Amino acid sequence: MTKERKLHKNKVESIHCVAYDVYVLRFRRDFDFIAGQVVAIDLEPDGQPRLYSIASGEKDEYMEILFDEKHDGKLTPALSRLKPGDTIYVSEPFGTFNCNTDKAWWIAAGTGVAPFVSMTRSGLAANKTLIHGGRFDENFYFAPILEKELKNNYVRCCSQQLETQNYKGRLTEWLHNRHSFANDITYYLCGSAEMVVQIRDILIARGVPYHNIISETYF
Amino acid sequence: MNEKTNLFGFTLDQLKNLVLSLGLPAFTATQLAEWLYKKRVSSISQMTNLSKAAREKLENDYTISRVLPAKVQTSTDGTKKYLFPTQTEKFIESAFIPDDNRATLCVSTQIGCKMGCLFCMTGKQGFQGNLSAGDIVNQVQSLPEFDQLTNIVYMGMGEPLDNVEAVLSSIEIMTADWGYGWSPKRITVSTIGIIPAMIRFLEKSPAHLAVSLHSPFDAERREIMPIQSVYPITTVVDEIRKWNFGRQRRVSFEYIMFKGINDTPRHANELVRLLNGIKCRINLIRFHPIPDTPLEGTSIDGIMEFQNRLKAKGMTVTIRASRGEDIFAACGMLSTKELLKRQEAIDF
Repeated sequence: MTKERKLHKNKVESIHCVAYDVYVLRFRRDFDFIAGQVVAIDLEPDGQPRLYSIASGEKDEYMEILFDEKHDGKLTPALSRLKPGDTIYVSEPFGTFNCNTDKAWWIAAGTGVAPFVSMTRSGLAANKTLIHGGRFDENFYFAPILEKELKNNYVRCCSQQLETQNYKGRLTEWLHNRHSFANDITYYLCGSAEMVVQIRDILIARGVPYHNIISETYF
Repeated sequence: MNEKTNLFGFTLDQLKNLVLSLGLPAFTATQLAEWLYKKRVSSISQMTNLSKAAREKLENDYTISRVLPAKVQTSTDGTKKYLFPTQTEKFIESAFIPDDNRATLCVSTQIGCKMGCLFCMTGKQGFQGNLSAGDIVNQVQSLPEFDQLTNIVYMGMGEPLDNVEAVLSSIEIMTADWGYGWSPKRITVSTIGIIPAMIRFLEKSPAHLAVSLHSPFDAERREIMPIQSVYPITTVVDEIRKWNFGRQRRVSFEYIMFKGINDTPRHANELVRLLNGIKCRINLIRFHPIPDTPLEGTSIDGIMEFQNRLKAKGMTVTIRASRGEDIFAACGMLSTKELLKRQEAIDF
């Protein structure tokens, strides 16, 4: 497939399974990037790369992505079988899902937390509140660093685990139950189209101007 | 018992691979294609110029299955909206739009959509799956008005270029000699601007391209179209500038007009600047409001004023006639209602 972006040869440094079917893939960092950007990744130089948000920090020596293995997918089953030293092909980082130091909310579901992890690791956690939805406690990826940086401004909504120390219920339910929303801050949403559209509708219905909502959907 | 594979939607190359794997002569593939798309038979047994042995071999593992629309709504202006069921108990929509000497069918390419545009009803379904080439062509061939069709637009549910291979195969079926034999000039594919897939489409298909622009400013477009964070419109237009659009293949830019959002002189001026040097047409579109939207459509007077401003700068600009408003012909309205009747809460 023709690409507008060249893919560069890279090497896997590590791969870790962090939850059922969810992996953190670490590889060499060859380019600078801005937290919130994505890279296109493939196992061949001229294939059909997929886009992944970078989860590592701007100053880290490596680059990391977080991915969910889709068993019927074309790429993620192969990605999950990679080993250190294996070759992958990675584009230069791109995209504009970036935030500044202003007060904001980050809202994510599942692996959609990756750009916010990158922003946290890049020193942007001050003034931010992260609301993260996951099915089980294990789905709150990178929780130690997020807890450390965000402290009480880190809300985990756990929808399926019977016993949890986190809010027990869906992300949408947590938002519905909230008394009010500031309408003068920016809300950054990242996740599936279903998630983004539902959360955006809730926020707009509760008085948040649409132009204060910045979204990124998986595709 | 194994489920039989549906041949409907196979391209000639796929049919060639199939017949060779069955030990049949290569020319059988062309015969099959003509039965499927020219003579439009509904069973393998009707393919009478195939040998009996060939038909028996095919019937063991293959079938021809087309899906008829489950529902139709007819507008007072003649527009018809067809609802097709999918194998996964979801629904897709196609809109048939007759107009004087033209009859256009707007086809869907995905069940739902991943793009999440603020103004789109289909986005509220989320993404349920891609359609196959057969699913796309089925909307055309199973249409009661098939013989009246003059144009096909890929502007229904879903982002066509997020399913680019199926879209290309379906266009091949419609334009090949062994298929419908239509001119590619009768076909327009719309995209939000997924650049790698857009390049693939431009390389492989001579059909027309329509780009959903909706704001010439990167920052403002990002507020209504999440794709902007990954593929900014300025980059999309820069890519389009590299391609030759003229008599054979056209590019147009779709511009839904939102009151106070993208209809000011500042937007008109920037639109002219952005598209400068590209031989194109701008299609201004009235916004059909969807439930709970914070957006309002620009008035007809406002649209005409915007059009005049663009025309004064030398742009070719049309205002798309609103059709089927009484049946919510905008994509996604009907199928979203059907889906929401059946859907359980999504878990996140």
